[in-house]
Amino acid sequence: MMIYLPIAEVAVNAWIVLGLGGLVGILSGMFGVGGGFIMTPLLFFIGIPPAVAVATGANQIVASSVSGVLAHLQRKTVDLKMGAVLQAGGLAGAFCGVALFNYLKSLGQVDLFVTLCYVIFLGVVGGLMFIESVNAWRKAKSGAVPKRSRHSPIHGLPFKVRFRTSGLYISVIPPIAVGFFVGVLTAVMGVGGGFIMVPAMIYLLGMPTKVVVGTSLFQIIIVTSASTMLHAITNQTVDIVLAVLLLIGGVVGAQFGTRIGVKLRAEQLRILLATLVLLVCGKLALDLLLEPSELYTLATPGRS
Amino acid sequence: MRRLLSLLAICLPLLVLSRTATAEEVVLGLSQDQVAITATFNGSEILIFGAVKRESPLPDGAPLEVLVTVSGPQEPVMVRRKAREAGIWVNTDAVLVDHAPSFYTVATSAPLTQVLSDTEDLRHDVSIRRAIRLVGAGVEDGAAFSEAVIRIRENRGLYSLRENTVAVDQQTLFRTALSMPADLTEGLYATRIFLTRGGEVVSHYETTIEVSKVGLERFLFNLSRQQPVLYGILALVIASLAGWGASAVFQALRQR
Repeated sequence: MMIYLPIAEVAVNAWIVLGLGGLVGILSGMFGVGGGFIMTPLLFFIGIPPAVAVATGANQIVASSVSGVLAHLQRKTVDLKMGAVLQAGGLAGAFCGVALFNYLKSLGQVDLFVTLCYVIFLGVVGGLMFIESVNAWRKAKSGAVPKRSRHSPIHGLPFKVRFRTSGLYISVIPPIAVGFFVGVLTAVMGVGGGFIMVPAMIYLLGMPTKVVVGTSLFQIIIVTSASTMLHAITNQTVDIVLAVLLLIGGVVGAQFGTRIGVKLRAEQLRILLATLVLLVCGKLALDLLLEPSELYTLATPGRS
Repeated sequence: MRRLLSLLAICLPLLVLSRTATAEEVVLGLSQDQVAITATFNGSEILIFGAVKRESPLPDGAPLEVLVTVSGPQEPVMVRRKAREAGIWVNTDAVLVDHAPSFYTVATSAPLTQVLSDTEDLRHDVSIRRAIRLVGAGVEDGAAFSEAVIRIRENRGLYSLRENTVAVDQQTLFRTALSMPADLTEGLYATRIFLTRGGEVVSHYETTIEVSKVGLERFLFNLSRQQPVLYGILALVIASLAGWGASAVFQALRQR
C-alpha cells in the first residue's frame, strides 16, 4: 500500500514504514535509546529527504519514549528526580549546542562534522561499553560478585542529593554536567542522545542499569518534543503522515522491547546495545572511507 | 477523488486553440489537465492525444513526426561533489544549477536525432541536456555538475527520453501515454507538442497540466506552512496519545 507524504513529497510503502517504526520501537524499549541514530539513516535509505527524516524522526521518538516510559513507570524504574536534574543541564547544553551548530554552518562542512561526531562518539561509547560488559558477563558467569566502584572522585563533590530510585547519594554536579554535554550533542547531531546518556548514567553516575533505561527515556521525551517544535516552526519539515505511520509501529515495538529488556540480564543488554552502536559506527565510517558510487549529491534550496 | 478524475477525463473535450498561420496545426486533447495528489497517490498516467489540422494537401518529402515534452516547475538545485581529502570522502565543490525542472520527459515518434535537428533543439530547448540551465558555475568543469543532475534524476525516473513512444497514424492522428512518478512536486507542468518534418519544427503548441495536493494532503501541507506552531503541537499530541494508547492497550492485555 503506497502512501503519499504531504511534506516529504514522496510516496512510500506504508508496510515498510510501519515495520521500520516497529524495529526502532523495540530497540527503544529494550535499551532506553530513542533510536534516532538508526532511524534517520534508515529513512534516508527509503528515499525521505534528510531534513524531513531528522525532524519526523524526532516526533516519532516522542511517541515511542512516552510508550516506553509508561511501561517503566509501572515497574517503578524511572528516577524522575534524576531525570529532572539531567534535563536542567540538558536544556542549557542544547542552547549552547544550537549556537555551536550555527557557527559550524557558517564555516560550511557541517555535514562532515556531524558524521565525524557520530563515528567518534558511537565508536568510543560502543567500544568501551562492549569491553566492559563482556568482562562483567564473564565475571558473572565465573560466579564472582560484580563489584561496582562506589568511590570515584565524583563522590567528593559538594551539593549532595539523595536519588532514592537509583539508590544513590551523590552531588548534583555530575548529572548536570552529563546533561549539559548530551544537550550540546543533541542539538549538533539531531538525536535524542540516549546512546550517550545511557552509558554515561551507568559508568559516570553509577546508576543501576534497570533504572537507567526508564530515566533516559523520560529525559528523551522532553528533548525530542522541543526538537520537534523547533523543526516544525523554523524548517516546516515535520511530516505528520510519516510520523503517524512510524509511531504506530514504534509504540507497539516499544512495548515488546520493554518486555524483552526486562527478561535479559543487564550485561547481555549492554553487550547487545554496544554491538548495535558499533555496527552503526562501522557503517558510517565505511561511508567516509570507501569511494561512494555517486560522487554528486543534489539538494533543493528552500525545499528541504 | 479517482472517480472525479475519470469524470474529468471523459468530459474534457478536445481543446482547439493555437491560431498560428502555419500550414499544419495541432489540435490537442489531454485525458486530464489536473493531477490531484491524494494520500494514496502512486503516480499517474496521462493520455496526450491530438490531430493535425491542415488546409492544404499533405506535403511531400519527410514524414510528419511528433514530439511531446512535459516539464515540472523550474527550481534551482545545489549540486555537491565529494572528493577524497585526508583519507575520507567529503563534499569539496558545490555548484548551483540555476534552473532545473523537477520533472522532465520527452516523448518522440522516432529517434530524437531524426525528429529534431540540433539547431531546432537549441532554439526550443527540447532535449534533457538543453532543458537544464547552468549559469555562472564557479568551477572549471561546470558541465560535470549539470551532467550529474541529469544522471541522478534519470536514475530516479524523474527525467526521461522515451523515443518511439508517440504513435502517429496517417500523418494526422497522434497519441502517447505519459506516466508521471509518485514523487511529484506541486506546480504547473508545462506541456509542449512539436510537429516536425525533416528535423524542422513546422508547428508547436503549449498547454499546462496542474499538479496539486488535495484533501488531507492539502490541509496538512497548508497547516504546516501557515500555522507551524499549531502543526507542531498537533504532531506532539498525536505522538503522546499514540504512546499512551499503546501502553494502556498492552497493560489491559497483560492483566487479562
